Amino acid sequence: MAPQSSDIDIDELQEVLHERKKRKSLPFVWIVPLVAAIIGGWLVVKGILEKGPTITIRFTSAEGLEAGKTKVKYKNVDVGEVKHISVTKDLLGVVATVEMVKATEPYLLEDTQFWIVRPRIAGGQVSGLGTLFSGSYIGSDPGKSTTKRRDFVGLEVPPIITTGMAGHHFVLHAETLGSLEVGSPVFFRQEEVGSIVAHEINKDGQGVTFRIFVNAPYDQYVNANSQFWNASGIDVTMDASGIRVDTESLVSILIGGVAFETFPGVGPRSSAAEAQEFTLFKNRNEAMKRPDPVSLPAVVIFDQSLRGLTVGAPVEFRGIAIGEVKAINMEYDLPENKPSFPVTIAIYPFRLQALLGGHVEVANDPEVRRVRWDGLIARGLRAQLRTGSLLTGQIFVAFDFFPNAPAAQIDWTRNPPALPTVPGLLEEVQQSVVNIVHKIDKMPLEKIGIDLRQSLETLNRTLTSTDKLVKGFDSEVTPSVKATLKDARKTLQSADQALTADSPLMYETRDLIRELNKTALSLRELTDYLDRHPEALIRGKKRGGQ
Amino acid sequence: MSRPVVTAAQLGLYSCHTCNLVTQAKRGHREVVCPRCGHHLHMRKPDSIARAWAFLLAGYILYIPANVMPIMHTSSLFGAQSDTIMSGVIYLWHSGSWHLALIVFIASILVPSAKLLGMTFLLISVQRRSLWDPLQRTRMYRIIEQVGRWSMLDIFVVAILVALVQLQSLATIRAGFGAVAFGAVVVLTMFAAMEFDPKLIWDPQGGRNGSSIVGH
Repeated sequence: MAPQSSDIDIDELQEVLHERKKRKSLPFVWIVPLVAAIIGGWLVVKGILEKGPTITIRFTSAEGLEAGKTKVKYKNVDVGEVKHISVTKDLLGVVATVEMVKATEPYLLEDTQFWIVRPRIAGGQVSGLGTLFSGSYIGSDPGKSTTKRRDFVGLEVPPIITTGMAGHHFVLHAETLGSLEVGSPVFFRQEEVGSIVAHEINKDGQGVTFRIFVNAPYDQYVNANSQFWNASGIDVTMDASGIRVDTESLVSILIGGVAFETFPGVGPRSSAAEAQEFTLFKNRNEAMKRPDPVSLPAVVIFDQSLRGLTVGAPVEFRGIAIGEVKAINMEYDLPENKPSFPVTIAIYPFRLQALLGGHVEVANDPEVRRVRWDGLIARGLRAQLRTGSLLTGQIFVAFDFFPNAPAAQIDWTRNPPALPTVPGLLEEVQQSVVNIVHKIDKMPLEKIGIDLRQSLETLNRTLTSTDKLVKGFDSEVTPSVKATLKDARKTLQSADQALTADSPLMYETRDLIRELNKTALSLRELTDYLDRHPEALIRGKKRGGQ
Repeated sequence: MSRPVVTAAQLGLYSCHTCNLVTQAKRGHREVVCPRCGHHLHMRKPDSIARAWAFLLAGYILYIPANVMPIMHTSSLFGAQSDTIMSGVIYLWHSGSWHLALIVFIASILVPSAKLLGMTFLLISVQRRSLWDPLQRTRMYRIIEQVGRWSMLDIFVVAILVALVQLQSLATIRAGFGAVAFGAVVVLTMFAAMEFDPKLIWDPQGGRNGSSIVGH
């Protein structure tokens, strides 16, 4: 049907149709590159606008950091990315070049902090576990300074972040660091209320300064008269009152901590100011100890061993601490040729008020005081060394009334005055123990030993012969006993046979009993007849119908 | 002696793109339609060069974000990561799969850029009515047209990964703007190649053969 192309005349081909309306061909297609250009331009502008500042952070090691991957985070929000890591020129550290996001620009200040967050298990705190999977990142904490900064030095240890947390900072001064470290808890009534933020050795090398942060609302419990003490670990005190173990909590046993409390009666409760300074005491007891306003020095002279008496040991009156030992000395009395031990004590008269006579004010007049003391001594008040704890061997100075004690007087010539003493209870006990030991020593222990041995030997012999006797009995007597028993059993068996119900013996016995019954019956008949006819005995039984 | 080289355009003949009817136009060439099926007829694709240029330029513009911006955001337990095409190639290369790296490199970087440059060359040569080896240029055009679709490989991979890896907190993959831009580049270059009329390569040849292989 289709003709061969070579045979067709071109002029015979159909004519095209001509459209009337002229179609305008708008260059619509140029919108495409325009749109592309707009998108591209927008991306460029956006990129420029969003480009944040580039900062450098210096670290000692780039462990965990990866250029192009490691993020900088603040409160776990990405605020930047490490672009480049290089070693410093002095080869002592690494410098990470970080591109921060635009919004962080106002916070890159003089005191802005950066640190590498790695998984850390230290001091009872486990942190950064998420980084085990995701890799380390750089943590940040914005500063408050007004100076801008672009080159930072990263911290090696993550700081305690207190930015944006309600609470107060306080400053503590202590002699030593103890077992405290950054992050150690602060306790109030054993509740964890804050932590140690920083610590450093004082510039002069004398002591350590801590900076702690107490969270709101607990910061209101810190006031100008609060006492802080180191609640680290277990506080084992061994003194005249025995062994005492103090601890704040299990956590503080492991990692230490600081506790504070406001003891009653230490003055007005004014709330503490930010960064107020306090002294950090070694332990609660020390923090609790209030300096006694008045102390009376005195000397008590003993001539016995002072082993177990320490400076700081209590001076008690019937169990109430009224003072403490201040010094222990030794004197040698040449004329009498005997040593004596003057123990300097301090008595706190405020605690003695009751003893000195009820609510009597402490006398400031030395004369009045003298008269009072003399009176007490006259009533038998004496000092004595007593054992506080047999376990620890600690001793203390005790005052008590000994009405039977030999009369004595206060030696007011000494400075401080010397109070009379009586020998310690322990000394007396020791003496009697020594006496007992002497008596034991005198016993003829050797002779007793020899006698005892002889007796034992004799006993041994007796026992041996008894043993032999028992053995002989066993071999000779036993067989015959056995035979006898056998015979006895036979006898019993035949007896048993004879006594069974169908045995001849039993049958005969029953017959016999029946016969006896009959006999008895006839006997009764006979007696009845005789009763009625007694004459029958003589005349014989009547014949006939009677 | 070879036969004279005559083009349909020189004879004033049209071939309908839809019904293949060959017609002639004796009364001018403006706004002609097929007498059989009514389709518009043209000797050459209308505004071929301008349209091709437009698509090509758009392709050039988007080529930059396609390569600079990440095509894929991967976030998993082990951290978040954004990959550009080149970083993917480098990663594959470093991790030892150099053959994969080569495939991705050729399909996603070499081919698109070759397409862009090749189209540019064709357009410029046609505009300058170049006489240089039209056969080679025609081959080049064919290759460009054929190979264009293979560049979508990357886009498919990203699309499949995005659809498959949605394990919430464990791992999530999102497509980046780079993927969109890259897809746009591929599509735009394909459009440019479509709009380009290869007959234009031969128009300046006039009566010449241009190549020996047609001489029979």
